[in-house]
Amino acid sequence: MDFTYDDEQQALRDAVRGLLDKQYGDYEVRRRTTAADPGFDEDLWGRLAEMGVLGLPFAESDGGVGAGPVEIGIVCRELGRVLAPEPYLTGVVLAGGLVSAAGTPEQRAEVLGAVAAGERVLAVAHDETDGPRWATDAPGTTATQAGDGWTLTGTKDPVLHGARADQVVVTATLPEGGTGLFLVDPAAAGDTLDRTGYPTYDGGRAARIVLDATPAVLLGDTATDRSATLATMLDLTRVMAANQALGVMQAQLAATTSYLTSRKQFGVTLNTFQALTFRAADMYVSLELTHSVVDWATMVIATGDRDRLTEAAARCALQTSRASRHIGQETIQLHGGIAMTAEYSVGTATAHLTVLDHLFGDGDHHLGTLAAGVTDHDTLEALG
Amino acid sequence: MQLELSAEDAAFREEMRTFFTTEFPQGIRDAVLEGRHLSREQIVESQQVLNRAGLAVPHWPEEWGGRGWSDLQRHLWHEEMQRAGVPTPLAFNASMIGPVIAQFGSQEQKERFLPATANLDIWWSQGFSEPDAGSDLASLRTTAVRDGDDWVVNGQKTWTTLGQYGDWIFTLVRTDPEVKKQAGISMLLIDMTLPGVEVRPIELIDGGHEVNEVWFTDVRVPGDLLVGDLNGGWTIAKFLLGNERVGVAPVGATKRALATLKDNAGDRLDDPYVRARIVEIENELLALELTALRVVAHSAGGEPHPASSVLKLKGTELQQAVSELAVDLAGPASIASGADDDSPLAGWARRSAPTYLNLRKASIYGGSNEIQRQIIARTILGL
Repeated sequence: MDFTYDDEQQALRDAVRGLLDKQYGDYEVRRRTTAADPGFDEDLWGRLAEMGVLGLPFAESDGGVGAGPVEIGIVCRELGRVLAPEPYLTGVVLAGGLVSAAGTPEQRAEVLGAVAAGERVLAVAHDETDGPRWATDAPGTTATQAGDGWTLTGTKDPVLHGARADQVVVTATLPEGGTGLFLVDPAAAGDTLDRTGYPTYDGGRAARIVLDATPAVLLGDTATDRSATLATMLDLTRVMAANQALGVMQAQLAATTSYLTSRKQFGVTLNTFQALTFRAADMYVSLELTHSVVDWATMVIATGDRDRLTEAAARCALQTSRASRHIGQETIQLHGGIAMTAEYSVGTATAHLTVLDHLFGDGDHHLGTLAAGVTDHDTLEALG
Repeated sequence: MQLELSAEDAAFREEMRTFFTTEFPQGIRDAVLEGRHLSREQIVESQQVLNRAGLAVPHWPEEWGGRGWSDLQRHLWHEEMQRAGVPTPLAFNASMIGPVIAQFGSQEQKERFLPATANLDIWWSQGFSEPDAGSDLASLRTTAVRDGDDWVVNGQKTWTTLGQYGDWIFTLVRTDPEVKKQAGISMLLIDMTLPGVEVRPIELIDGGHEVNEVWFTDVRVPGDLLVGDLNGGWTIAKFLLGNERVGVAPVGATKRALATLKDNAGDRLDDPYVRARIVEIENELLALELTALRVVAHSAGGEPHPASSVLKLKGTELQQAVSELAVDLAGPASIASGADDDSPLAGWARRSAPTYLNLRKASIYGGSNEIQRQIIARTILGL
């Protein structure tokens, strides 16, 4: 049992941190970047590709690096630390992960090679206008077989980075029932696809994608229900979202302690007031507890045990949700009015935590899942 | 990063689990698992069984019964004890005065006290807090004045847990009233049978007798019972209160209490709100346990991991949360605390409210949770 990074992992962290600090160390740059479409920096995306970061999760035979969850988690934490708006979590981890899990060898090599090289941006179109929250089915989107190919019909919204994406992984209900996974090329879809991009409140980008008999390519050889694959990839992505949120929260606590020791009121710095320092101490407690759970869930992915991952992802997401709200809200409160302004980073950080919290299931959602299994065990064993 | 225990540590855990579940007196374990009070005899027997097996004071220097285990192994030992319902060794002996004498005591003191302390042949009490020196411990006023070879002690200690069982008491006393308050304190070991020592019970809100006042009136203590340097007591006190990395939070015992509560809860578990409360507590316990593991896995020989300060804070909150849930699940039966064992109401339910009230102490003793926040704010966050 070991909670530390090895030398290579530390080197990866330092390299990614160095690159991201250079780009977004000054929050104003992040602000400028998110003010204009596509909402992230294409040059930085290319440098991340050169560094091998975009191919980390994928097998070497698919053009990737074949790294493990700890490495992917390191990248997500560093992205969170500077609120990098690049589409890594949904575009690489989730979309790439779905292609990796469901695609044929040819599809994997073709798509993931391009993703790893930074030549193609992916998105995942899963959430629906009137669909269930955080489920693995897609009742509002239907897949129809048309000759050798498929067409999809339905509306997906919100699709993160859906307006910029070169290729979209779409979930749809199969003719025989169950959830299928498809690839759609928006540029080739003509009038059968309509997409409307818009900004999200954390400076991110999303889109509404309306599919109307849109040509699509099935991921994999056979039209089988992929909801289990989707569930597993969503679980993995939940843990990576938690890694990203952890990076955000670490930065928020650092910003808060720095502010408390520099900002003066009543002629003294704010850390003179115990009412404030005790609240910061409680933020630290939340942060460290969450750090432990996120490390643990990341290591559970590496065991390859799917059932264990499902539970770990839910537990990790619950803890991260609670902590995100606590730390996000307190960061704003302890800074005061300045944190309400868009030109200062900490308010946007809380906004970003709120997005991460609602992407793949918030705390109460996972609480509900876990509540069903409360009598399945006697004590909960961290080490298995 | 690696989740699994090494083969060596996994085997170690198995060895502990086997001993605690097959070779330890079942009657004592049952009492612990059911939340019943242990008698003095049961506590002594328990520690002596452990000591015979070399499991009472593994963290002491090897010369005095220590085992040279890693912090992770100590953690596993401590968790497995709690999991099996084995009472952990008496803290006053095993965690407090034993390590202090081993570190600061004279050779004569070590030989005289350490074997008897490990075996609980001497039951130690703690004489730190006073009526006007709680969290502000350095304000203590009990004095020791030199008279020939002896020290003459006068004053009052309070919150002396299980002092009614104590043979000896380790005290902080003021030996120099003229200097800064922290600089005039010494540690003195006092035989509680000496003339002038008086133990008076304090009745608590749970109706029990757990703590005491200890009064000292012209108690003559031989000079060789001062531990460490004259006026060096504050350093010793900080060592005693701050050197612990393992077992800071009662993770295993709280997990056990929650599992027992689920067993007892019956169809109350059909209530989704109850289930939700259990999940929240279980999840926080998981976070606490993982944090404890992070701390012990990192602290080989070096400074304590900074996160260790969260263990006491969160550990006591969760201990309290489980006891609160027990009262709620017991419902009206929790009111019947005074009913005898012929009562048709379940024992756990009748004991739940006194336990809940008793455990309010957990966030007060050992450095209150506000003191813990102060430590986090100052020494970790630099505020």
